[in-house]
Amino acid sequence: MNAKRKATKIILYILLIGLGITMMVPFYWMVISSLKLNKDVFSIPMRWWPETMHPENYSVIWKKLPLLIFFKNTAKLTIITTIVQLCTSCFAAYGFTKCKFVGRDLIFLMYVTTIAVPWQVYMVPQFILVSKMGLNDTHLGLILMQAFSAFGVFLIRQFYISIPDELCEAARIDGLNEFGIFRKIVFPLGKPAMATLTIFTFTNVWNDFMGPLIYLKTKELKTVQLGIRMFISQYGADYAWIMAASVCSLIPIVIVFLSCQKFFVEGVAASGIKG
Amino acid sequence: MSGEKTSFLTSKQRRKIRNNLTGYAFIIPNLVGYTVFVFIPVIFSFVLSVMSWDGSQRPMEFVGLANFADIFGDKIFRGTLVHTVSYALMTVLPTLVLALLLAVLLNNKIKGVAIFRTAFYFPYIASIVAVGAVWNMLFQPDFGPVNEILKFLGLKNPPRWVVDKDWAMVAVSIVSVWKYMGYYMIVYLAALQGISSSLYEAASIDGANGWQKLLYITVPMLTPTTFFVLIMLTIQCFKVFDLVYVMTGGGPGNATKTLVNYIYEKAFTSWEFGPASAGAIVLFAIVLVITLIQFSGEKKWSKDL
Repeated sequence: MNAKRKATKIILYILLIGLGITMMVPFYWMVISSLKLNKDVFSIPMRWWPETMHPENYSVIWKKLPLLIFFKNTAKLTIITTIVQLCTSCFAAYGFTKCKFVGRDLIFLMYVTTIAVPWQVYMVPQFILVSKMGLNDTHLGLILMQAFSAFGVFLIRQFYISIPDELCEAARIDGLNEFGIFRKIVFPLGKPAMATLTIFTFTNVWNDFMGPLIYLKTKELKTVQLGIRMFISQYGADYAWIMAASVCSLIPIVIVFLSCQKFFVEGVAASGIKG
Repeated sequence: MSGEKTSFLTSKQRRKIRNNLTGYAFIIPNLVGYTVFVFIPVIFSFVLSVMSWDGSQRPMEFVGLANFADIFGDKIFRGTLVHTVSYALMTVLPTLVLALLLAVLLNNKIKGVAIFRTAFYFPYIASIVAVGAVWNMLFQPDFGPVNEILKFLGLKNPPRWVVDKDWAMVAVSIVSVWKYMGYYMIVYLAALQGISSSLYEAASIDGANGWQKLLYITVPMLTPTTFFVLIMLTIQCFKVFDLVYVMTGGGPGNATKTLVNYIYEKAFTSWEFGPASAGAIVLFAIVLVITLIQFSGEKKWSKDL
């Protein structure tokens, strides 16, 4: 029995290690190719370890591509969108759960009915609207169109519902006004839900491709994803450089992911169960 | 100023008004933004789908269902429906099965769970542009590693992947499965943790082996999750754009052009907002049907449990 259990465990490990390596191979290949000469990326036979290292690829692409500007633009868009979304979602969630007002359920129904509509369905009229406001090809246009989501309100609301109303009632009797109750009691308690929403919005905006593709035309305003894409179409055959640029684009998200991994995993579970 | 006016109101009425005002004060920032940037565009997309307009100063013109007749008469549009459905067929089941497999493997008591979980989940958070670039090279038909391995395994004429119209969508699907299965693995892991261990203990006492437990306890208990994953994956497949755009650009020819690629090109390269919106409404109808199936399924399970 014990020997059999040991054997199962060994098979399990072999399976997991095999699958894990398979999943990571593309990233490994990306990194080693970024350290090769352009002409050696597709050498035959395949080399899983470069003969000579060429880290200078990274300084070459840094000169060819205004990566720093792209990073700044992306960081700006990501941070502002995330903050606006967090604040307005928390406010609205408090209104929907802890306040009573005329039309509350009707307005909430409006959120419910539109949450399932994919962005791709209304992206065209949304673009027309933002353009008519004179915000086409600006960061503000891109921020505004992404900053207000029904999903954010839902996620935070789900959490605020679990906060007992008695807690707010007690604070009300102690003389706190509504904003005070929100700021001192409900908002601090909602931190786990906010962490989930932050991670969710952060990765979405950082990795977003279609939004910036539609909205941003000026080179100086472009994001990392658009910049890398532009680089790929310009230097299509400079494989090592393309891989180096791709590695650069992944570094920030890797850092954020590895340092907040717990929240990523909990976030998926939370938003998954929601459905 | 309002002192005289409010003195006519009882304190109860005054409290009611104040409650209304505070309530609206809390939701107004989100409500205004959401109405302007989401709700109005959603309605406007229905309006646009029966109009002819190129976005210029020229006023839009009501054309009835002509846009729909237009796109359904367009061979390219009908092609995008076929490509999108075939992409979904090739992607949904493999992703679901592999996600379940990974979750079941990781749900055992083993060392280094976190490392494996990270490895499986990582492709999901990597950007599509970077992922598309590296896979395009891996799939390079003449010297790419994928075909080198296939040749090593004895395949004389490996597929030419993204440059072959019959294989391009397969390549996109493979990348999609690789990228998204880690996400659904986490969804499954959360569900697995919710299965009571007493079920397994009871089965052990009855002498069930590992396979039997998997087949007769785990899989049936996960049915609602599987249904949820199935729905989410299908919707996600119908919305596909970026991966196709960065890997094949819809080509070769139009072989991998999907529904959203069509909407994008109609709207933002040929500025035909009417047909683009008609395409968007078709997408909406598809997602709506899938969502309704989800609702009825959820109702069924909440009754069963």
